[in-house]
Amino acid sequence: MKFFHLIWCNLKRKKLRTSLTLLSIVVAFVLFGFLSAIQQALVGGVEMAGADRLIVRHKVSIIQLLPVSYEARMDRIAGVDFATHQTWFGGIYQDPKNFFMQNPVEPEKFLQMHPEIILPPEQEKAWLATRTGAIVGRRTANRFHWKIGDQVPIQSTIWTRPDGSHTWEFDIVGIYDGKDKGTDTTPMFFRYDYFDEARQAWGKGQVGWYTIRIKDPSQAAEVAKRVDAEFENSPAETKTEPEGAFIQGWAKAIGNIVLIVAAILGAVFFTILLVTGNTMAQAVRERTGELGVLKAIGFTNGRIVGLVLAESCLLTVLGGTLGLGLAWLVISRGDPTSGLLPMFFFPTRDLLIGLGLSVVLGLVTGIFPALQAMRLRVADALRRM
Amino acid sequence: MAGPINWFSQIASITKFGLLSIPQRRGAVVATVIGIAGVVTVLVGVLSIAAGFRQAMTVSASPDGAIVLRSGADSEMVSGFGRDETRVIADSPGVARTAQGPLASAELFVIINIPKRSTGTDANVPLRGVEPAALLVRDNLKIIRGRMFDWGKDEVIVGRGAAQEFAGLEVGSKIKVGRYEWPVAGIFSADGGVAESEIWTDAKVLQDAYNRGDSFQSVSVRLNSPGAFQQFKDSLTSNPQLNVKVVRQSEYYAEQSETITRLITTLGFLIAFLMAIGAVFGALNTMYSAVAARTREIATLRALGFGSSAVVVSLMLESLLLALVGGILGGGLAWLAFNNFHTSTMNWQSFSQIAFAFKVTPELLVRGIVWSALIGLIGGLFPAIRAARLPIAAALREL
Repeated sequence: MKFFHLIWCNLKRKKLRTSLTLLSIVVAFVLFGFLSAIQQALVGGVEMAGADRLIVRHKVSIIQLLPVSYEARMDRIAGVDFATHQTWFGGIYQDPKNFFMQNPVEPEKFLQMHPEIILPPEQEKAWLATRTGAIVGRRTANRFHWKIGDQVPIQSTIWTRPDGSHTWEFDIVGIYDGKDKGTDTTPMFFRYDYFDEARQAWGKGQVGWYTIRIKDPSQAAEVAKRVDAEFENSPAETKTEPEGAFIQGWAKAIGNIVLIVAAILGAVFFTILLVTGNTMAQAVRERTGELGVLKAIGFTNGRIVGLVLAESCLLTVLGGTLGLGLAWLVISRGDPTSGLLPMFFFPTRDLLIGLGLSVVLGLVTGIFPALQAMRLRVADALRRM
Repeated sequence: MAGPINWFSQIASITKFGLLSIPQRRGAVVATVIGIAGVVTVLVGVLSIAAGFRQAMTVSASPDGAIVLRSGADSEMVSGFGRDETRVIADSPGVARTAQGPLASAELFVIINIPKRSTGTDANVPLRGVEPAALLVRDNLKIIRGRMFDWGKDEVIVGRGAAQEFAGLEVGSKIKVGRYEWPVAGIFSADGGVAESEIWTDAKVLQDAYNRGDSFQSVSVRLNSPGAFQQFKDSLTSNPQLNVKVVRQSEYYAEQSETITRLITTLGFLIAFLMAIGAVFGALNTMYSAVAARTREIATLRALGFGSSAVVVSLMLESLLLALVGGILGGGLAWLAFNNFHTSTMNWQSFSQIAFAFKVTPELLVRGIVWSALIGLIGGLFPAIRAARLPIAAALREL
């Protein structure tokens, strides 16, 4: 630590060069944070999936509906705690660009199935008492400035009411929060009984998919097999998989996001590596003489390497911290695509990876100039004074 | 004293001087050039995804084609018609006719699970039931392997993109639809359009398999001329028997692709913009050190009577040139790596998969090079100004 002052002065020597390099490191880490958040938004749902939940859907495709009578049959299958269902409503609020999910659910079972949804008890009571009641996540409520007591009209692209209209009115009776920041608080949920009674003949008694809570997560594969066997050779065969696999399937449907993000990050860091490495190499070259003096007064090779590496690491860690902090500020302002990426946030894990990466970047860019400095012969170096 | 010719020759000689000194600063120069190449690669690469997707969607549209959906439906998936309605639509004024009848195909649109080749996981592949006019309603549909399916038989034809992206869709293999197994009779192409992502079969066969009775989801028609659209639309929307939405094929596909292109372009620009800022810092660094290394030379030239504007212009030229090299390098790299890269993604309107290829279009390359030029100009401007302001006497004293 006693050499910190020397390292700091070395960095300050060419203020312009140091600050330009620092800024490009900052930019690289802002990008890192930003891409982490994008990736989190697109594939992060997998981590939030309950290990004790299975999703049951129609075997042919998710758009085929399943009979509501399956619920009772599922409840009787060994290993199943209980089952409940949801259906894709496909509604539009005012403009198709205002995308968010709305699904009819069975309120009590739904809340029991999803402990990650935090709804105040009095709002839950109100929901159970209001047929047209709906609960909406904090994020969507904030986005459209909805308050409890508001009545919101949603145009369904799929479901028609008996009078032939597509407009469904819902009373907002509750606003829920997520248990942690990865919980998606954009969807709206409303009551299945209201939905089933009000929809036209088509689809009555049919639901989109089931969620099953299993008693023992380690038995997931066996229970899934039993569920599919139960409905085999019926007009609506099922496909059952753990919630994580189901969500991952959606993420994979969008494309190989992880690969694309990794490629972009690779390009960014390679570039920054060059810029920083170049700065360090220049700094060492300019100071050949001084390094010779340090060696002459008894600095060991190890200490010289340490000094150069400490300088490059200080630069990259400083840049990394600033960049990650800036990214965090930008990301906290929310989804830049207005609604397409509901789970847009900066995961803590990636924040730590970013910090680690800044150290690695410092070591990689500093190592060659450091070795170069170490190999200097005192006499040669002094001659260049 | 100096005419414009003299000014130009000053610029030329300073620039030449600068370029000749590049080998001495190769580390910094290479870092800048590669930095800018990286920005351009990412910019062009990301935008080529959007361009490819849009292209797949737009080549699907023929100018005299129109699609009729139930009003309120935003995709075929959620639309629905009975046989009576589709007949009224087909017989409306404006629809082109041949000896066999109107060029209108009432269609069904569902999705089925088929594993993706690349990941092995299930993907939602669109399965379309069509009527015989379907091949005439769309442009450029060709069977490229095998044959057309027989009408009324449990057979399918598969689009070229779908056959490439999803497993088990070769001629002769069978696809499983619920309890049925349907053989693949042929593979068709549609000029890279969205139909290539689909599997087609006879609408009647699909109605039976899905217990849809005699119902359809959309009607695709070919009109007498692109101008007949208004007449066709008016006759349908004023008909009290119908409750429909009539759109041109081009509008329909543009609407379908809007979400995903918006997502990709927003994110692509943001990422590239951030990277560009980083590259500007890199370029500034290089040019500042170039100026610092040549302080004495520049001062000598100024003492000899070279104008300060000539110094500024020539340094900016140097920076621009380096940036352009980076831009061309990046564009070329993006073209090599991404052009015609086949993939598939989800159409957010219908959850179905669309196979498409990334397209590095000339416009994208031009855009990439413009970006690199801007980076070069900004990166050169401040160092050039500093060089021009050098106090000559002080700089010469360093000799």
